[in-house]
Amino acid sequence: MSATHIDVKGVNKVFKTDSREVIALKDINLEIPQGQFVCLLGPSGCGKSTLLNAIAGFALPSSGEIIADGKLITGPGPERGMVFQEYALFPWMTVEKNVAFGLEIKGLPKAQIDSTVEQLLKMLSLSDFRNRFPKDLSGGMRQRVAIARVLALDSPIMLMDEPFGALDALTRRNLQDELLRIWSELKKTIIFVTHSIEEAIYLADRIVVMTYRPGTVKRDMLVDIPRLRDPSSAEFNALKRELGMLVMEEQQRHHNDEMRLAAVD
Amino acid sequence: MANLKWREIAVGAVVPVLVIALWQACAMLGWINPQVLPSPLAVLLKWVEYALPLQAYDPATQSWLGWALSGELWMDTLGSMYRVLVGFAVGAGLALPIGLAMGASQRMYAWLNPLMQVLRPIPPIAYIPLSILWFGLGNAPAVFLIALGAFFPVLMNTIAGVRQVDGIYIRAARNLGVSQRAMFVRVMLPAAVPYILSGVRIGIGTAFIVVIVSEMIAVNNGLGFRILEAREYFWSDKIVAGMISIGILGLIIDIGMNKLNNHLLRWHRGLEN
Repeated sequence: MSATHIDVKGVNKVFKTDSREVIALKDINLEIPQGQFVCLLGPSGCGKSTLLNAIAGFALPSSGEIIADGKLITGPGPERGMVFQEYALFPWMTVEKNVAFGLEIKGLPKAQIDSTVEQLLKMLSLSDFRNRFPKDLSGGMRQRVAIARVLALDSPIMLMDEPFGALDALTRRNLQDELLRIWSELKKTIIFVTHSIEEAIYLADRIVVMTYRPGTVKRDMLVDIPRLRDPSSAEFNALKRELGMLVMEEQQRHHNDEMRLAAVD
Repeated sequence: MANLKWREIAVGAVVPVLVIALWQACAMLGWINPQVLPSPLAVLLKWVEYALPLQAYDPATQSWLGWALSGELWMDTLGSMYRVLVGFAVGAGLALPIGLAMGASQRMYAWLNPLMQVLRPIPPIAYIPLSILWFGLGNAPAVFLIALGAFFPVLMNTIAGVRQVDGIYIRAARNLGVSQRAMFVRVMLPAAVPYILSGVRIGIGTAFIVVIVSEMIAVNNGLGFRILEAREYFWSDKIVAGMISIGILGLIIDIGMNKLNNHLLRWHRGLEN
């Protein structure tokens, strides 16, 4: 593996409400090398999305720092493209316009925008849909557009916040394979948030399991099963069992906490 | 499909035809005083007379088209449309930037909202005396009143439109490297368009009401002026002809707005989401 690409150093994040304080992230340290596919795994409330948002620059850490490409992160930017679970496509733009948008913002010449868009539409099998509006696309197709939109930025880092969470199982597998193909072709560093153990094992070089409140790193492991991974293989299932126990412990804590809070109210 | 459309039109025509037939029958049987309510036939004849040119065609002084449209009806329609369009352009043209600013900036909102809330419930009609004092007679007071009528609906909807822009679009745009300025023009504004357009539609409707009223006080042409003039001469057939003209013009404007809406909002999924 090559040099450190994203360096998360001593990150804490505290959310304050009127009545209480929630420690969402506590002393997170991660060094992510160039080109690694990292999955952040854990139940709801474990801070995995909070960490991703901190890396994206939407919500900066309360303390500690995150360095990407040698630069301290102070806000969102196109060098860290994000794919959202809700797609977040601009509904008033066609597929083509959505993909071109980031390039137009950069002020690139039209010819260059056109050829990049053309290429991406082809790569994600969207050419036939170029003039459609997002409302006329299925969830899977919308997420392809969102991926193309981020790829257009040519950012070295791709952040994905449960991007396939709302898709049916078959579409999901389809897009996972597509993502792996794109990743191996373009060598991007990917941080991918999921609560699906199987998805994490299927995709990741490295899985970071997080604890429920406060969010800490519970386990940080490399997955050395050769790709494409077979979800029915013995080693896949052994890992699934191991991770399943870790995640369920946290899920149980999450559940207990919810019951306790419900009792207080 | 074409068949279905014709059938729809035929079904829609049944009740109006019955009403007109009943009305005509009452008139022919002498049940109603034609001074109070003229027969539909009389109205139709008056309407044709209203639409036809007043002078004979003279190729030396005017073009054929100019002559064909020189009848009172067309001049009145043109006059009313002109006032609606100018007044609406002024009102909406002011409301849009102010609404965008008030929607996007808490401070602007805090500064301007109290004033707007006090002025908004005052109907444009209540400004008639002041508008005559300020602008005299003619088109100016009419345009002022129409602009007032169009201003508030567009303003309120623009504010609401900007405020309801889903945060996810803003986040996605920031992630794509959008600057503050581009955010406004390329994200907030288009996202607010559905709200703004419904404000525009209400604004046009108000403008249309106000134009008729303002023509009754300040100018000497236009559809509103014409029906008031007809009342003074007891031309009740002309009053009804004028009213029907107003109805048809309103309908045409609404169909036009609908077409524009459908085109501008072809990306929009409608209310179900």
